[in-house]
Amino acid sequence: MDTTDRKLRAILADVLGLSHDQVAEFTADTGLFGDLPELDSMAVAGLLTEMEDRLDIVIDEDEIDGEVFETYGSLLAFTQAKRDAA
Amino acid sequence: MKPASYPCPLPGGAAGHEYALTFDFSRKCRVLIAPALFDEGHKLRRFTAEVMRRLNGAEIDCFLPDLPGLNESEQDLALIEPEDWRMALEAAARHFGATHVLALRGGGLVLPGKLGGWHYAPVKGASLFKTMLRARIIASREAGHEETLDALMEQGLAMGLELAGYSLSGEMLRQMGELVPGKQPGITVIDHELLGGGPLWLRAEPDEDRAQADALAAIIAVGVNA
Repeated sequence: MDTTDRKLRAILADVLGLSHDQVAEFTADTGLFGDLPELDSMAVAGLLTEMEDRLDIVIDEDEIDGEVFETYGSLLAFTQAKRDAA
Repeated sequence: MKPASYPCPLPGGAAGHEYALTFDFSRKCRVLIAPALFDEGHKLRRFTAEVMRRLNGAEIDCFLPDLPGLNESEQDLALIEPEDWRMALEAAARHFGATHVLALRGGGLVLPGKLGGWHYAPVKGASLFKTMLRARIIASREAGHEETLDALMEQGLAMGLELAGYSLSGEMLRQMGELVPGKQPGITVIDHELLGGGPLWLRAEPDEDRAQADALAAIIAVGVNA
């Protein structure tokens, strides 16, 4: 598991109140926004701010659409692309 | 833990009362809690109360005041500026005879003067607002209309803005947005990492964590007797 993947899972564990074992079971197809009722707009906003802090990336609001947060795979791909570009 | 109240100065020179949760047994060490602000205040309220229970167990009195416009307060938040919160905390410190202050997150941006103490997990005012602005943009986008950070902020500074259910005045946005933690002498910063576990203000659903409450209360209990 590479650094981005590991850190992203740790942030999701903190936001969703899950154990590290539970987030380790997330696959690329695990549904997020829309599948997890607790992941509302405020939680997603907190998640974005935390991703910026812990992953050293800057996220523009207009980059964020529902598809980015649709699954763990899409969020990881988005994050990895941001880090590669940084 | 008992509900109490304290006389609180209000904008325009008026005076009112705000609620406070207290453990008050006239003990020597008396810690005023400067609560986390806005949404984080709700997320951390249970944790704050759990820390207070532990301080009480360590023979320390403690007081958690409502700030005007937040929690049970009947004041209109749209009329409140950060200075009103600082004055409210000063009034609470006087009323309860506080010997120390423990600020959580944004509460440390409006610390009362003179009291020494601790600031748990400091945050910039601008960061608090950025998360709230993002939440609004994401919710609006889901509802089918586009808003931008810059346009919202411009509108907010001119005529106020509702963010995450909080009505914020232009002055609140401007002044709070400029506040940064860590300039007050006598205040020790407690980084979240010292407590271990995931930060509770990040949780999508408010939660508690006994180990974190134990850790924070232990740091305070050792500190007040130092």
